[in-house]
Amino acid sequence: MIINNIQIDDTFAEAFNMRATRVILTAQNLKWAYHAANAMTGFATSVIGCGVEAGIEGELGETETPDGRPGVSVLLFAMGSKVLMQQLETRMGQCVLTCPTAAAFAGINSEDQINLGKNLRFFGDGFQTSKLITDKRYWRVPVMDGEFLCEETTGMVRAIGGGNFLILATSQSLALAAAEVAIEAMKKIPNVIMPFPGGVVRSGSKVGSKYKTMFASTNDAFCPTLKGVTDSELSAEIESVMEIVIDGLCFDDIANAMRVGITAICQLGESSGVKRISAGNYGGKLGPHHFKLQEIMQAGNA
Amino acid sequence: MSTLTLRLKKELTHSLNCAALTPENLAGKSIPDIASLMLSDGRNQLRVDAVFEISGAPITDALHTIHFKDSSRKLDYLGAHINSGSLEISGDVGAYLGFNLNGGTIHCHGNTAAFAACNMAKGLLIIDGNTGEFLGGASAGQRKGMHGGTVLVKGNAGDRAGDQMRRGLMLIEGNAGDYCGSRMIAGTIGVMGNVGMYAGFNMKHGTLLLLKKPALHATMQDCGMHTLPFLSLLYQSFSKLDSQFSGLHTQRVQRWVGDAACNGNGEILLISA
Repeated sequence: MIINNIQIDDTFAEAFNMRATRVILTAQNLKWAYHAANAMTGFATSVIGCGVEAGIEGELGETETPDGRPGVSVLLFAMGSKVLMQQLETRMGQCVLTCPTAAAFAGINSEDQINLGKNLRFFGDGFQTSKLITDKRYWRVPVMDGEFLCEETTGMVRAIGGGNFLILATSQSLALAAAEVAIEAMKKIPNVIMPFPGGVVRSGSKVGSKYKTMFASTNDAFCPTLKGVTDSELSAEIESVMEIVIDGLCFDDIANAMRVGITAICQLGESSGVKRISAGNYGGKLGPHHFKLQEIMQAGNA
Repeated sequence: MSTLTLRLKKELTHSLNCAALTPENLAGKSIPDIASLMLSDGRNQLRVDAVFEISGAPITDALHTIHFKDSSRKLDYLGAHINSGSLEISGDVGAYLGFNLNGGTIHCHGNTAAFAACNMAKGLLIIDGNTGEFLGGASAGQRKGMHGGTVLVKGNAGDRAGDQMRRGLMLIEGNAGDYCGSRMIAGTIGVMGNVGMYAGFNMKHGTLLLLKKPALHATMQDCGMHTLPFLSLLYQSFSKLDSQFSGLHTQRVQRWVGDAACNGNGEILLISA
């Protein structure tokens, strides 16, 4: 498939089942809501080393937040419920409880509930107070700037992580420029995050390594400097590859985000330096969810 | 949906226990069946049709409405143990309106005697007039009073409103008597008018939200002026009610904590004018 002189490979992205939650962070203004959200989603690029993949889903206006203040919604994804609960509590305690004027609220409904402020309340040392307002329990924890307000629990849902596509371009700067265009378009899509720095990852990995202690290692087939020494996927003119990884609440959310991102790149045309769009997979043996690039793009044209 | 109407047809000399006259109890019963039910005034058993003129359609399900007309302060335990359905009451009622209320809605367009919303767990109780002592209190032998639901009083409340209240929302648009929120365990009481002496006496937790400065006893500790974000959530919950409370917006309050006499962590919040 070729769109606007950019080739869409006949391949697929392979993704995994995850558990996810959404938290709404509000503050006196957007600046401080972002401080809380940036801290909470810091060091959360990949479950391989961070335990959780997290990112800012979007901004919320004053009419969209529970307490009528500006806020942002944050999505967190983990491989299991236990680690998600651990990571959420840790990040809430160190990043949101500590952030001036910040408050936290549940952002998703589910039968499965996980602790948001349930244990953070003990920071109040007995001075904490709960309020049950329209069947939701909130905790008010006295802190030095006033009160930290936090809903007791938030919902946990089944989700998908690891949707991705690769941008193959004639130079590093052109590959990154195209990736930035894609990320700007994808940021507008709800229910997804792109957890890597700036939404882009340059160190895509393959499963396994020549070293016994390593579970994953560099994706040598897409490393441009190894074209001559490995079973490369890259043609002569490709000098740089960028990957965009997407976690989403369901298959369609990820497929939609991939379509929007790839479309944004294709609209740049041949002059963008992008030659191909490909995707990372493990032969279809590891992840149950396969995002076939050409099917996704055809669905967008239908 | 048509309404079953029970109109009080004579002046009662003794208080009558009307706990049996709920939508759930009357569901599926024909008008003659309802007429033959017996109510106790403590000494005598009276047929329903000896006291009430019955009209309207029989109740088909527990979500039905019963309309009491020309009611009097001799009618006790109206709306007791209701889980669903609603009661519309035109006139005054006696004690224990909404006793053990566990859902549904009761709207009393008149005044009530003591112990309205006693042991209430869920639902909505609206009193357009005044109410007596121990609004939302606990019945004899119970250690916890109201533990859920919403009570809205558009008039005044007597002494000990919210005594031993455990949870829920109590809003009083008028004045409240002495010992408002006494022995309060948790929950929220709002009073727009004046409150009497010893507000929050022996309260453990919970919130007394006031618009007029009370004369507080020494064991309520002044913690100064604050802007409390949780109030915006509380005000949003008020907005669903047809009440003056839905007009509140300011999060600026003076806060007292107590009652220190019982090592309490309750609070009295005085909304800044």
